[in-house]
Amino acid sequence: MFGDYSLGDLGSIFVMQGFAGLILFSVYVLMALGLAIIFGQMGVINMAHGEFMILGAYVTWMTSSFFQSYLPSLFSGYFFLAMILAFIASGALGMLVEWVLIRHLYKRPLDTLLATWGLSLILQQAYRSVFGAREVGVELPQWMLGSLHVTDSIEVPINGVFVMCLTVLITISVAYVMYKSRWGRQVRAVVQNRIMAGAVGINTEKVDRYTFGLGCGIAGIAGSAFTMIGSTGPTSGQLYIVDTFLVVVFGGAASLVGTIASAFSISQTQSTLEFFMSGSMAKVLTLLAVVGILMLRPQGLFALKVRK
Amino acid sequence: MINSRFFNRSELMGFIALAAVLFVILPLTLDVFRLNLVAKYLTYAFVALGLVLCWGYGGILSLGQGVFFGLGGYCMAMFLKLEASSVENTKIQSTPGIPDFMDWNQITSLPLFWQPFHSLTFTILAIILVPGVFALIIGTAMFKRRVGGTYFAIITQAVAAILTILIVGQQGYTGGINGMTDLRTLKGWDIRPDHAKVILYFVEVVLLFACIGIAQFIRLTKLGRILVAMREQEDRVRFSGYSVANFKIFAFCMAAVFAAIGGAMFALNVGFMSPSFVGIVPSIEMVIYTAVGGRMSIFGAIWGALLVNFAKTSLSESFPQLWLFGLGALFIAVVLAFPNGLSGLWADYVQPRIDRLFASRKPKRDWKDNSVADGAPAE
Repeated sequence: MFGDYSLGDLGSIFVMQGFAGLILFSVYVLMALGLAIIFGQMGVINMAHGEFMILGAYVTWMTSSFFQSYLPSLFSGYFFLAMILAFIASGALGMLVEWVLIRHLYKRPLDTLLATWGLSLILQQAYRSVFGAREVGVELPQWMLGSLHVTDSIEVPINGVFVMCLTVLITISVAYVMYKSRWGRQVRAVVQNRIMAGAVGINTEKVDRYTFGLGCGIAGIAGSAFTMIGSTGPTSGQLYIVDTFLVVVFGGAASLVGTIASAFSISQTQSTLEFFMSGSMAKVLTLLAVVGILMLRPQGLFALKVRK
Repeated sequence: MINSRFFNRSELMGFIALAAVLFVILPLTLDVFRLNLVAKYLTYAFVALGLVLCWGYGGILSLGQGVFFGLGGYCMAMFLKLEASSVENTKIQSTPGIPDFMDWNQITSLPLFWQPFHSLTFTILAIILVPGVFALIIGTAMFKRRVGGTYFAIITQAVAAILTILIVGQQGYTGGINGMTDLRTLKGWDIRPDHAKVILYFVEVVLLFACIGIAQFIRLTKLGRILVAMREQEDRVRFSGYSVANFKIFAFCMAAVFAAIGGAMFALNVGFMSPSFVGIVPSIEMVIYTAVGGRMSIFGAIWGALLVNFAKTSLSESFPQLWLFGLGALFIAVVLAFPNGLSGLWADYVQPRIDRLFASRKPKRDWKDNSVADGAPAE
């Protein structure tokens, strides 16, 4: 099968395929970061995570349409405002959901799964009623179109590079918030021992609400980034939810490094395999490998050693 | 203490009510089309029954029951499809005698794993054994390593996703997204006309009651007690010397086999099988039927499967937009307000009234204490 390509061509193909994997990696990381906070730290199975992401995507789409019709001169910068709005919208909805629904279910993690699945159905239908069943695409500003020519045969799309930079930035800020800030310390304290955290004066309910909001807000940003590489429909979120959960579980819940490592290995495996076989078989093999490894090592790649 | 009677009084009433509705009332009042719809809903009742054992009693939430439903259904459908693709039925194809979708995908001979499905005996064994062994492998790998709870749920969900992608992707071997359609006869007996549908309905109901009997038997023996004990305090059961993993594997395999029987009946009653009954969404819906009916109640889960599906059909026929809102709200309401589902409501509100009715009719006998004890919610 390699007979038709010269060595240089093959090299370029691997680089470009690897780059496609990196874009997939960015979306996985952005989605999985939010989920790692919600599932890994709080133990809540949020099946509606994909819908929070899609909310971010729709907010981005609305912002871009608004700029297009009313502020065309500022259109090239709309994305930064859209991202902030997406974070706020998804985060606010997340905090509302936590207050109405999730806080009653902390002791029943499997039930959160059912309740959030119900929530995801409601949100999907709401998107369908408001935005229509058809997928919407965001128009990219001029500077994001086109691609960078690295060598004669290798070129990488600018929007992909942008998404990757964004991912790095957000990952660093999340790591900073979780591990360096006072609030992050409170979150980790509540996760490790809720009663003692309450006893030393941490408002655990408030911490729960903001943690859930933060996880959903990051999902919103993920949706915002997602609009640059694909179109958005009411059920787009559902396509990613299982992959994302696998990323989080595979990396070892509660470990941000593990999440990133597993997102990287899953996305690279998948995009490399896609070159050799059909997309569906590549996905099947990747998922099978992940499930197989999880059966051998159920705690995931990077497990925290916690005494239970 | 093990109850010496097979059913206590409230369960006996549940049994009689269900038998009356399924054997007498529905066949007499519904036309064949609607009866066939009920038969379709009842295939999910098998899955719900398995989930009561595995989730309600064993505390193992599997989000991959669609996998077993699908495996059972596909085994049955492969047999039926082979019979429908006899050489004279398929003589217009470029390769006669193989299923039509294989011909469309340029496959010229029957793949090896299809060959044994010419035999009905093999097919029936496969319907039980393929999902059973598959569940055994997954269960052994997971439970022996003490993986449980949310992790198990997510991994079974991933398995459901994998199987769906595989079936859709390998359309030459599986029929792809359309599934296996145009199933006609079972050993020469046409399954499509009305009288066949009625017979299949009764076969299914009899099978369902057989499964109810098995589930009730498991529940009443020591095995059922250990399952409940395991759900409540897994470590204590382990310290008492029981192999927790083996009991979990058993419950999971039973649930898988029940789901597979449901799937096989689905292929027979509905006349096709497709990946849309295998994946993540149908698997979660199956869990929902159980949750709505009551995860702790064998009869409740069957009512749940019937009622939710009935509501789904009638609501989505008339208000397609509202249906998803309603379904979503139903999940949330069941989880937040009625964790024991309909059967929990029944046990809390209706059963005490019935008991009082019985108690007031027989005030002079000394049975009153007995009946109060009986009326306590089962489990």
